[in-house]
Amino acid sequence: MSPGTQYTPYHPKWYRRRMSVWWWLQNRSYVYFVLRELTSVFVGLCALLLLWHLRALVQGPEAHAHFLAQMRRPFFVGLNGVGLLFILFHTITWFNLTPKAMVVRLGGKRVPDWTIAGLNYVAWVLLSVAVAVVLLRG
Amino acid sequence: MPPSVTLAVTRYRPEQESEPTLQTYEVPFRKDWVVLDALNYIKDNLDGSLSFRWSCRMGVCGSCGMMVNGSPKLTCAAFLSDYLPGPIRVEPLNYFPIIRDLVVDMTDFMHKLKKVKPWIIRAQEKPLADGEYLQTPDQLEMYKQFSMCINCMLCYSACPVYGLEQSFIGPAAIALAQRYNLDSRDEAARERLEILSEHDGMWQCTFVGECSKVCPKNVDPAGAIQQLKLVGAVDWFRFLLPWGTR
Repeated sequence: MSPGTQYTPYHPKWYRRRMSVWWWLQNRSYVYFVLRELTSVFVGLCALLLLWHLRALVQGPEAHAHFLAQMRRPFFVGLNGVGLLFILFHTITWFNLTPKAMVVRLGGKRVPDWTIAGLNYVAWVLLSVAVAVVLLRG
Repeated sequence: MPPSVTLAVTRYRPEQESEPTLQTYEVPFRKDWVVLDALNYIKDNLDGSLSFRWSCRMGVCGSCGMMVNGSPKLTCAAFLSDYLPGPIRVEPLNYFPIIRDLVVDMTDFMHKLKKVKPWIIRAQEKPLADGEYLQTPDQLEMYKQFSMCINCMLCYSACPVYGLEQSFIGPAAIALAQRYNLDSRDEAARERLEILSEHDGMWQCTFVGECSKVCPKNVDPAGAIQQLKLVGAVDWFRFLLPWGTR
């Protein structure tokens, strides 16, 4: 060993593997995970569309008619369609994961996972019905 | 039933080669054999130079974790019959540096485990004469699942976050921190929350969830991490309030 050699005691000659940039295609769980992360882009886009809609409403009937005409264009119909699919994926996957984070104990027993996830779905349906009632009455 | 099955096993002999290669071995197929039995057959009959870790061969010691056909498995619980017709690819655990053949360096995990203080900490120890710290079965039930961890590190090999960001403290260490946080005899949950709230702690986790799927003891580290995140978030909101805890 030359005098300048740095030697770390007990340090073996490792081999470190590089992680491929395609790691997320290795199995189905990873693909689902990346898709779930990607849904946030569409959630953000839908929030922007909602803000645009509100702005058009505030600006008056002419602006609102222009907004609705824009929304009928194939680009926005397509964007909303794909957005809906991603938001449904986002909602369902996150609802199914809720029991992992929320541990509820009743009478010393842990409430089963399906109950916690199920309550989310029940709340979702009830809120959707409430929104539908308000819209359809109007 | 085939008479034999082929195993493609990672070889890395640092004195001979600069990077790992795959070597194939033909081993007899027996329906009650697991991958570890096949590796031991190779070691005893075909090639004594093959290196791998194992000890209990019954899913308790956590030594024989390897990648089998790309998934982290305890090789003592991976039956050859589940991987027919083969060849079966046996590689060292992902994301850890390889020392030799199927042996990885686990020093990083050991440091991380120690960092979360996985032992009972009391603000004030009571004198021995006062007896044990008693616990009811319900109190035991609160943390029992997380105490089943055997430190096999399969969860680290399933975690792409750990692969991409080696400083991440990782699933098993966080699950064991939560095991002590939920223990009625422990009084250091806040201390551990501070450690886990650091940059390399629980907030690095993006909830891929694969750690819980590969865990051979159903510990559910992903659940432990999300539960801790909830505690951390509530704690942060309390801090914002004028009558907050700090």
